[in-house]
Amino acid sequence: MENPLHVGFIHWIIVLPLIGAAINFLLGPSIQRRMGKGAIGLIGCGVVLAGFAISVWAFFQMIALDPEHRFMLDDLWTWMNIGGMKLDIAFWLDPLSMVMTLIVTGVGGVIHIYSTGYMHDEDSFWRFFGWLNLFTFSMLVLVLGDNLWLMFVGWEGVGLCSFALIGFWHKVLANTTAGNKAFIVNRVGDWAFVIALYTLFWGLSAVGHPTLVTREVAQWSHLLAGRPGYLGLPLVSFVTLLMFIGATGKSAQIPLYVWLPDAMAGPTPVSALIHAATMVTAGIYMACRLNFLFSMAPDTMLVVATIGSLTAFFAATIGVAQNDIKKVLAYSTVSQLGYMFTAVGVGAYAAGVFHLMTHAFFKACLFLGSGSVIHAMGGEQDMRKMGGLRRHMPITFWTFLAATLAICGFPPFSGFMSKDEILLQAFAHGHPLIWALTYGAAGLTAFYMFRQVYMTFFGEFRGTHEQEHHLHESPPSMSMVLVILGVLSVVGGFLMLPGFVADFKPFEHFLEPVFSSEFTRRVAEVQISHGTELAFSALAMAMAFAGWFVADLMYRREVLSPERFSSLFNGEAYRIVLNKYYIDEIYQAVIVNPYLVFCRVTAWFDANIIDGVVNLTAAIVVLLSWFTGLFDAWIVDGLVNLTSNVTLDFGARVRRLQTGSINGYLYAILAGVMFILLVRAMLRV
Amino acid sequence: MDHLLTIITFVPIVGMVLILLCPKDQHNLIRWIAAAAAFAQILIAIYLYANFDTTTTAIQFAEKYPWVPSYHINYFLGVDGISISMVLLTALICFISVFASFGIEKGVKGYFALLLLLDTGMMGVFAALDFFLFYIFWEVMLLPMYFLIGIWGGPRREYAAIKFFLYTLLGSVLILLAMLGLYYYNPTPTFDMTRLAANAGSYSLNFQRIAWIALFIGFAIKIPAFPFHTWLPDAHVEAPTAISVILAGVLLKMGTYGILRVNFGILPAASHELAWIALGVIGTINIVYGALCAMAQTDYKKLIAYSSVSHMGYVMLGIAGFTAAGINGAVLQMFNHGTITAMLFLLVGVIYDRAHHREINGFGGLASHMPIYAGMTGLAFFAAMGLPGMSAFISEVLVLLGAWQRHPLMTVFGASAAILTAGYMLWTYQRVYLGPINDKYVGFPDLSARELFTLVPLAVIVLILGVYPHALLSLLNTSLVHLNQVVMSAPGAAVALAH
Repeated sequence: MENPLHVGFIHWIIVLPLIGAAINFLLGPSIQRRMGKGAIGLIGCGVVLAGFAISVWAFFQMIALDPEHRFMLDDLWTWMNIGGMKLDIAFWLDPLSMVMTLIVTGVGGVIHIYSTGYMHDEDSFWRFFGWLNLFTFSMLVLVLGDNLWLMFVGWEGVGLCSFALIGFWHKVLANTTAGNKAFIVNRVGDWAFVIALYTLFWGLSAVGHPTLVTREVAQWSHLLAGRPGYLGLPLVSFVTLLMFIGATGKSAQIPLYVWLPDAMAGPTPVSALIHAATMVTAGIYMACRLNFLFSMAPDTMLVVATIGSLTAFFAATIGVAQNDIKKVLAYSTVSQLGYMFTAVGVGAYAAGVFHLMTHAFFKACLFLGSGSVIHAMGGEQDMRKMGGLRRHMPITFWTFLAATLAICGFPPFSGFMSKDEILLQAFAHGHPLIWALTYGAAGLTAFYMFRQVYMTFFGEFRGTHEQEHHLHESPPSMSMVLVILGVLSVVGGFLMLPGFVADFKPFEHFLEPVFSSEFTRRVAEVQISHGTELAFSALAMAMAFAGWFVADLMYRREVLSPERFSSLFNGEAYRIVLNKYYIDEIYQAVIVNPYLVFCRVTAWFDANIIDGVVNLTAAIVVLLSWFTGLFDAWIVDGLVNLTSNVTLDFGARVRRLQTGSINGYLYAILAGVMFILLVRAMLRV
Repeated sequence: MDHLLTIITFVPIVGMVLILLCPKDQHNLIRWIAAAAAFAQILIAIYLYANFDTTTTAIQFAEKYPWVPSYHINYFLGVDGISISMVLLTALICFISVFASFGIEKGVKGYFALLLLLDTGMMGVFAALDFFLFYIFWEVMLLPMYFLIGIWGGPRREYAAIKFFLYTLLGSVLILLAMLGLYYYNPTPTFDMTRLAANAGSYSLNFQRIAWIALFIGFAIKIPAFPFHTWLPDAHVEAPTAISVILAGVLLKMGTYGILRVNFGILPAASHELAWIALGVIGTINIVYGALCAMAQTDYKKLIAYSSVSHMGYVMLGIAGFTAAGINGAVLQMFNHGTITAMLFLLVGVIYDRAHHREINGFGGLASHMPIYAGMTGLAFFAAMGLPGMSAFISEVLVLLGAWQRHPLMTVFGASAAILTAGYMLWTYQRVYLGPINDKYVGFPDLSARELFTLVPLAVIVLILGVYPHALLSLLNTSLVHLNQVVMSAPGAAVALAH
């Protein structure tokens, strides 16, 4: 890691989508008007696929290198160099960012292609691709940024694009509200995340290495061991906990997951790309990126695993009762992200990244499949109005089924390899409760997924006659993408086979240099026999079959009525689950409404108290000046008048002295002279 | 190229004189004279930017002549890292404001004459290094502002103008007293700020404290710091668009600039002792309180005004951090707030010109038929929210990073404003631009070429400074780090560190 290979191509992977976004936003309307939507689609898809091509080329460059030196750096310019914090605009490729880049440009690229079909009737086609390109750009900055602030640029950038795409159809107010919710909830997480970065910077500063460049943090973070942080926590625990709070926002974990189900208001390709395959995995990527820090904080790790497994289970229970085809998948995503955090929390980082990748395949496939269904149904998303679609849309059906089998964890589909690994690792690291939660969630997953498959594709069509008339398989631009992702859902798992099958784990070996810090190796260390592994696989498979079987009984054979369960406890339990445990309502009542009231009180205080004092002061001054006015009019001017009156009066009296009598004058003169002489005589004495 | 600062300061006065010589009805001639004067300033500003030596703390482009020798008053202009960014900002904002004023139809001659006088006053404040001269410019700026709000303003313009005038005058009196105190208590009486700074140690600590507080209140009114901020929403609501742009874009910075130049530069010991409460605590209150008030506003312009209160709080908090990152972030934030808030007020002006009201709840769906306007507003709003990749992100990060070590609790509150700001900004954006089309506003034209001309340069700067903040930071860093060290090594250090 000491000597990165300096290369000059990495930034092109990032800049291309940015150019695409710039063209679409600035020239999009005129291009679309003159050359049609095809040109927009070509630009939009072209820049991402070109990025994918460079990434694949880079991948082969990388594996040609010695595993210890698989680290390429593209350093562009100095971004900030203030107060000892030197940050560059620089991008790096190491095995972890390589995997992510391939997912983002590869899965992202095919979703771009799918969008050309799905959004074809949209007037502001250019705006959609502009945002989609900008998203790809931001996600790549997040993944490839060589320092934590640059990662944060991408981190918030994807949030912006998510906001804009959730509210893409902005004439419907509810969509824009969902966008606002996503952005604001994410900002709560970001608040914690930036404070983590401040603390980390000053912590490293105190040990003589002020930096937030990721590789330098990796190099020096061991010096932070044992240093005190805040709130009685060790520094590293404080930092990683705050970072994890940031991750709960971006990656939709308890307690900040609430935005993701609402985010389904966006067009379906957006749900597939941003809210399933890439953006929401940013939290997992961040934790894996900083594995050397997380591994130093056992208390944080426990929190991560606990929240992850709780979310996996909790979201799965909500998914069971949803009727909106996309909402089921949304809660499923929350649940699957929980699995990934469970993996991170028990120190099985590679397993987490592996599940991140397989999930990107099968969940993108499921979302795009649901998009294909919605497309055929003319915008209908309620599964109760669907049914029997497999006859009309065979490609959609088969790919959806393949992805379903993958997410449920049936062998040899990809989810089997990745999810089993997580369950096994959780148990092997001595967390039976966490294992039990994720194990239970696996059963629920199989149930809600097959419930969805049966309600959508089996039985009789329950929609309107008109809808039935229009049912059709989607155009090739969409169905081919489904096939690609369906195939990946099937075979994607072969990169990491269970130990009892064969010792074939190229994926894990590829990532090994990333997870090689002393602390990470110590956390990951665990011995699992092939027998144990086989037993756990069998248990997991049994659970998946159980879930499938129950769904089969209820929704295909219909021998078991769902009402028998939903009417338990007078239907209270079902109602609570159906309403997602009223979490949104609770947040509204406990946080949002009091906040709004508080804002109004503050504004009232400002307008009436603070400004009141100002105006009162002014009023007092005015009043005082009125009094001084009075004083002036009556006292000062009174004195003046008095003086003049007295003078006049005196004059009138004195005038009488001027009698005109000479005698009188002479007497007066005499008296005056006598008086003067008298005074002078007295003064002399 | 001598006397550049004199030229950049007084070129508007030349324009003003020419305008006064114009016939009253030659509106276009008057407008273009003003534009030419502002453009000349821009050219000089570019020259200053290109020739500024970033490696020294020395005063550059200095001009010094005795003015009233018997009282040691000099005509002394010069810039260093503390003021150069503000000179650039003033030139930029005044240029934008002149074009934003082209729509003024009432009393054109008087308006532009006053606008240019205001320009000189502001430029002079940032260029002057003689305290007396500084004070003269400070007062010169006040009068045109009073008339510009009081004559060309909205319905309650007289109330707002008088409030602004009296409030600022109160501050001026305090500054005046402190200035005279500094003059007389100095062993070698002088108004030269560089010499006052060099003699900082000669004042007793008690005198420093009193003078510091008087100066602080004087400058705090301008920032405006809580609780002296209530003149701002009123002034903004009543002021015409271009005047709001100047008010928020430049005028508010005179407060924080004064604190850096005078309080920190001349009274470092008292600064060290008092900054944590006067700047740290009040700055944090500004940030959070401004955001809370903004959330509750229904007048678009008032909301933006309160967001200014909130964002200026970052400047104060950054200064109080006593770190290189904090103080650099603070001055960068002054510049960034200037450009972003200027955009916001221009954008409010756009819709006010068309709809003749600013009631947020009365709009809706504007994005559907004014896409460029909505897009530009979106850019400005996210810039104001401190979105990474744009300028304010850099300054807010530097401010909070710089403040964290000394004031963790304040930083936590300060950082929380990122959520609150997103709350009121997005909610406003939704209510004005998104949602179903409102038939009342369908006929509105999108941004005109002139409006774009005022907005695009600001947007470009906001984006460039997001990815290449060094374009500006390199100018500031040397002087600010030095200033910070002066304060840090002042005798009051031990007292302040105890907090």
